[in-house]
Amino acid sequence: MQYEAPETTKAAVSLLAKAKGSAYVLAGGSDLLVRMRTGFIEPDLVVDIKRIKSMSEVKKTATGFSIGAAVPCAALGENKALVKAWPGLVEAANLIGSKQVQGRCTITGNMCNAGPAADSVPAMVAAGARAVIQGPKGKRVIPVEQVAIAPGKTSLKRGELVELILLPERKPKSGDAYLRFIPRSEMDIAVVSAGVNLTLDAKGVVTSARVALGAVAPTVLLVDAAAKAIIGSKLDDAALEKLGAAASAACRPIDDKRGTIEFRTKVAAVLAKRAAKIAYKRAGGK
Amino acid sequence: MPLDSTFTGQSFKSVGTRPLRPDGIDKVTGRAKYGADHNVAGQLVGRILRSPHAHAKIRSIDTSKAEKLAGVKAVITAADLPDLTNGDSGMFDILDNCMARTKVFYDGHAVAAVAAIDAHTAKAALKLIKVDYEILPHVTEVDEAVKPKAPILHKNCFTEGVEPKPTKPSNIAKVTEFGHGDVEAGFAEADFIVERNFKTEQTHQGYIEPHACVASVSPDGTGELWVCTQGHFVYRNHCAMLLGMDVSKLRVTSSEIGGGFGGKTHVWAEPVALALSRKANRPVKLVMTREEVFRASGPTSATSIDVKIGIKKDGTITAGSAELRYASGPYLSMWAELGAMTSFACYDLKNVKTRGYEVLVNRPKSAAYRAPSAPMAAFAVESVVDELAKKIGKDPLEVRIQNAAKQGTKSSYGPVYGPIGIGATLEAAKKHPHMSAPLGPNQGRGYACGFWFNFGGQTCTDINVGQDGTVTLTVGTVDVGGSRASLALCVAEELGIPYNQVKAIVADTSSLGHNDMTDGSRGTFSSSMAGIFAARNAVAILKERAAKMWEIPVDDVSWEDGHAKAVGEKYGNLAPLSLKDIAAAAANTGGPIAGHAEIVADGAGVSFATHICDVEVDPETGRSVIKRYTVIQDAGKAVHPTYVEGQYQGGAAQGIGWALNEEYIYGKDGRLQNAGFLDYRIPVCSDLPMIDTQILEIPNPNHPYGVRGVGETSIVPPIATIANAMSNAFGVRMTHVPMSPPRVLKALEAAAKS
Repeated sequence: MQYEAPETTKAAVSLLAKAKGSAYVLAGGSDLLVRMRTGFIEPDLVVDIKRIKSMSEVKKTATGFSIGAAVPCAALGENKALVKAWPGLVEAANLIGSKQVQGRCTITGNMCNAGPAADSVPAMVAAGARAVIQGPKGKRVIPVEQVAIAPGKTSLKRGELVELILLPERKPKSGDAYLRFIPRSEMDIAVVSAGVNLTLDAKGVVTSARVALGAVAPTVLLVDAAAKAIIGSKLDDAALEKLGAAASAACRPIDDKRGTIEFRTKVAAVLAKRAAKIAYKRAGGK
Repeated sequence: MPLDSTFTGQSFKSVGTRPLRPDGIDKVTGRAKYGADHNVAGQLVGRILRSPHAHAKIRSIDTSKAEKLAGVKAVITAADLPDLTNGDSGMFDILDNCMARTKVFYDGHAVAAVAAIDAHTAKAALKLIKVDYEILPHVTEVDEAVKPKAPILHKNCFTEGVEPKPTKPSNIAKVTEFGHGDVEAGFAEADFIVERNFKTEQTHQGYIEPHACVASVSPDGTGELWVCTQGHFVYRNHCAMLLGMDVSKLRVTSSEIGGGFGGKTHVWAEPVALALSRKANRPVKLVMTREEVFRASGPTSATSIDVKIGIKKDGTITAGSAELRYASGPYLSMWAELGAMTSFACYDLKNVKTRGYEVLVNRPKSAAYRAPSAPMAAFAVESVVDELAKKIGKDPLEVRIQNAAKQGTKSSYGPVYGPIGIGATLEAAKKHPHMSAPLGPNQGRGYACGFWFNFGGQTCTDINVGQDGTVTLTVGTVDVGGSRASLALCVAEELGIPYNQVKAIVADTSSLGHNDMTDGSRGTFSSSMAGIFAARNAVAILKERAAKMWEIPVDDVSWEDGHAKAVGEKYGNLAPLSLKDIAAAAANTGGPIAGHAEIVADGAGVSFATHICDVEVDPETGRSVIKRYTVIQDAGKAVHPTYVEGQYQGGAAQGIGWALNEEYIYGKDGRLQNAGFLDYRIPVCSDLPMIDTQILEIPNPNHPYGVRGVGETSIVPPIATIANAMSNAFGVRMTHVPMSPPRVLKALEAAAKS
């Protein structure tokens, strides 16, 4: 196995593009190293991106935030401006694994691992985050919900890697929240999860919203019907009921060791409603 | 006097205090050596090839390619572990489990092993071994395995314990029956009868340290094994028999142990490591991965239990019966038997009958797990007792007090009880502030009782006095929960010297006579008894030496507070001699000073506990949180109260995990789906409240200091306690464990509909 730690994005792309066998990008390694240890994968090339400066920064930009692909989740929690603008996204990032894992793991890695239960992904999708992808043919920018296409599979082409996550400009009276269901209190994988991001007008009416669900389909779902259920409302009980029904209706889960179809479908509604309430409050709604 | 185990009723100076444990600093600084920390020069890496099938015939195994791989030093199959068990079916089963012979019986069953120069080569070699399997139909569920058309694991399995002996093979390996009186007459007297089926899923002990060993067999037939175990003497005996070695030529050293809870009372990979070493003529280190630990060590049984109990309106239980089916894995054991023995042990019953069915399934061999089999039986019985109490409108605690076993009660499994603590734990529970604490919304409180036999067994202990008067206590029971501290306290007490003057160690198998394993809550009970006896023997010698130093008859010497004293006015000018004084003179008074004891520690004294728990259930998700938990248990005498409390808390923590989320999940293909701590959900720290403990001390009359075993009973009541609390939180009785959120949510919705 060849291990490389380039210092520029260009060099990383070049290594990945020229790789002969299986090539993997290493950020925190909290997924990759585990899969290597269990013998699930045997990489020919590992490209460590932690020495690439542009990938190791969180920046406030004119239009929002840019989060480097190698920034550990714990660092997101230490960025006050980011926490203020996107508390739900930061909470989601800091639910992954344990404190120790959060010191290494990244939201980009979480996204590229393409697990349906990834914690930070529904929060990113709800936030309208976009991924900046660099490759042999240059740069392209796609919405986060277009990165994972199936469990363990992404839309990234050979030689491509994610450089940054971009978060849009935060409008006044906005809030987001992410909730996941786990039987334990930490160190667990979401059985079902929900991210809600919304913006209110001066009267507290929801003017825009995005609702995303995790672990209820092969990929994280962006549920337009759930967003529509609360747009135009003050998140009254009737709107919440519609939100829950839309969330449940969107679920296409499986029965597995972590939960049942029935359970996931029901609890998706519960979490979507609870997350919406938190996001609404954070947006200044009463 | 030296070998008199009668309770002395003495007051204590050392026993009952809480000094630091001798292994503490090393453990918290990482210096302590666990199984995988041992290395020897020239060692190879051992790896095991395991069956991916739940049930299959092994047509052939081709190891030729693996043998040719550079760096591979030995490849073994069952052919390298020939059957030397000489008709001992129990030992044959152990052999077959360590390395499958004609069939594989579960996903994870070992079929071959390699020893190579490094892990990479060993792994590559495993891939080169070709096993030709003929896949057979399998059965993993206990209630499926007893059905007439279930796939049969062993064609020669004809149910033992039933008359007439069956002519057709089945998966019911054995039936056992316990009880007395006439249950039908008892049920006829009852005003209310509740009859229910309870199910518990298979759980693993969840010890953090995986099985690990280094084996070294020399061509001269001697061998050494460094291993993480609860009983190195038993490992030695088993390994020696399976390998055809002389017991005394195999020296086994136990490492520190990162949890065992019964799972390290059985050999798994150790005979394989020895066989690899013998073939390679090099030491072999074999460490199981976490996945291997789940798939191929010994979890506890999954169960299905039918319970029927009758009660009168005045609260008298008139009869109790139970049919208990325990999955045993592919081999006969006594798990259902233990369930049948313990199920009604808390109660004084006129009419009681239990039948245990040992059921063979295509899962790993069931092993002991802390008070093995009792928690599931207690779950079933204590749930029904709770339900009956509500039916007659009585406080469930009062009903338990009314029917509790006491001194003189004929137990449901036969013996008549001596002084016991069930009534005392119930009375203590009644008075505990936990019982009157207010409950919040969606919360419920429950309680339940539990019983465990405890065990004594073969024990051999040495005491050696150093020239400076410090004392080495050498024991052969592995320290799993602070026993070195407790045993040093007992010896310090008996010798009349300070605790820090005694150093307790666990010796290897060549340094002491046979010691049974640290199981049955016997470590402190039995080794303290042997330690006290050894100390008494040493005191006899110390007195002789003092007599020599003074040149007076030994009969005129007494031993008090760590000093020899000359008794009588005529010796008024003789100042007492301390242990140090006598030790310093030993070279001139007869040489080294030692005490020794070898015993069968009888009279372990049964143990009882009552637990109280508050649970909060989220009605929308079925998720439950334990808000408060209290353990009340009889310790006989708590030698080191901190470690007694630790045992109470540890058992409760494991019971909480078992009750709420832990379970083996098998796919339709018979493969284990959650062989790791991510999806086999033991509680994490933040899942548990502070577990409060109350130690009761009802002396065991059969131990000089009144000690009873304390290690296991604490895992018996939790499942029932939590189930009872849940039924009080939302009015639904949970009958299937774990009471995981999907099951609870389903039960809540079913209740809402009805």
